Amino acid sequence: MDHIDFSIVLHVWPHLWQGLKFSFMLTVAAFAIGMILGTIFAIIQHLQVPVLSPIVKTYITIMRSIPLILVLFWFFFLVPIVLGYFSSSGRPIPIGPVYAAYITFGLFEAAYYSEIMRVGLRSISRGQFEAAQALALSTFQTYRFVIMPQVLRVTAPIILSQTIILFQDTSLVYVVSLTDLLGAASKIAQLNGRLIEMYVTVAIIYLLICSALSQIVTFLKKRAEPMTR
Amino acid sequence: MEDKDRHIIAMKGVVKKYGAFVALKSVSLSIEQGERIVICGPSGSGKSTLIRCINGIEKHDGGKITVGGMELGASAGNIDAIRREVGMVFQSFNLFPHLTVLENCMLAPLRVRRLPRAEARQVAMHFLQKVRIPEQAEKYPGQLSGGQQQRVAIARALCMKPKIMLFDEPTSALDPEMVKEVLDTMIDLAQEGMTMVCVTHEMGFARQVADRVVFMDRGEIVESGAPEIFFRSPETERARAFLQQIIA
Repeated sequence: MDHIDFSIVLHVWPHLWQGLKFSFMLTVAAFAIGMILGTIFAIIQHLQVPVLSPIVKTYITIMRSIPLILVLFWFFFLVPIVLGYFSSSGRPIPIGPVYAAYITFGLFEAAYYSEIMRVGLRSISRGQFEAAQALALSTFQTYRFVIMPQVLRVTAPIILSQTIILFQDTSLVYVVSLTDLLGAASKIAQLNGRLIEMYVTVAIIYLLICSALSQIVTFLKKRAEPMTR
Repeated sequence: MEDKDRHIIAMKGVVKKYGAFVALKSVSLSIEQGERIVICGPSGSGKSTLIRCINGIEKHDGGKITVGGMELGASAGNIDAIRREVGMVFQSFNLFPHLTVLENCMLAPLRVRRLPRAEARQVAMHFLQKVRIPEQAEKYPGQLSGGQQQRVAIARALCMKPKIMLFDEPTSALDPEMVKEVLDTMIDLAQEGMTMVCVTHEMGFARQVADRVVFMDRGEIVESGAPEIFFRSPETERARAFLQQIIA
């Protein structure tokens, strides 16, 4: 083996960039799906909607007890079959690994985001709900304009922390033969034998991105403080 | 029918239970348009529960409540219609901390009354001026003193142009030096002929503005009457004991 030579990274950078782009895309998609579903789940539980509330609770418990990698496996094989079952075709519908990954990560993260917001909802005083009621706001308007903006503000640091974990977890997509940042690096390393350079480089990339996000977490925490009075 | 026209609020045999505890034992109270009522009584007497039943923040378990001719709980739409006509001010202000003073005041006119933004803003500024706090419009509630926050809360309720204002111990959470500014605002309101129902221990305020003082104890209205009579010569032993306690 030759000397350690990081200039190799420049040559393979387009491949790494492809992988990194996919990691970002997956994080953004899972964040969007997870936040929308998670908010709905949290509100369903908070309002104790009959029938739906226990279903949501069970779903969240299951998702949080199974490792993501297993969920990924299941969904990768199950989503096409389920889609086929509900459509008229009766055959499994292949949706491709990329969309399967978006959906799986989104549904999985929804359980975690939902738990964060459920706790956030509990931190809002009853007086806020009563004041909104007294002003004749509807239930939807109460959550939309009064409650959720406050919940998002107090939970923003925790939501972002969870999203950092999500970003790191995207590396699990190798099990369904998708190539993210880590996957790209490891494939290149296998080909050119530059294991140290490649793995050190991805480690630095993860470190830079996640520590930058952590800085934002710290900032959000500070900003949330005066709100919690 | 005649009853409905004359009384803007009519409560008949209203019962409220929390589990086994009976907070209101068949309370009846009728209030005329423009009347100013002060409800007082020891803590746990049900006075807050009573006032909170008027706009359905608490659901009554028995009896009948009619507000502005609409019966509460008779149909699903009634409660919204009633809340649009009834403003409420809380002990703990309950301003929305993520919105500015102005936004607090504009929210319901915008979303419930569906006023255009410019008009909602005009209404909000009008009432902020009325509670003498227009210069704080762009601040957040957390930057204001307790007294200022409560005046904003009054303005916020007024922005819906309610026919009735409910006050649930509006000065109890305030530092003593801030009580007066809030009471002055309430006195202004009373002088304009607003129908007001106030739960308060401020007996000076009761003397000055109330048409009627209602004394409650253990979930019942024990006695009620004009303030000068109630304060000078309460009929019941319970009222006498209560008055002695708050004066001492």
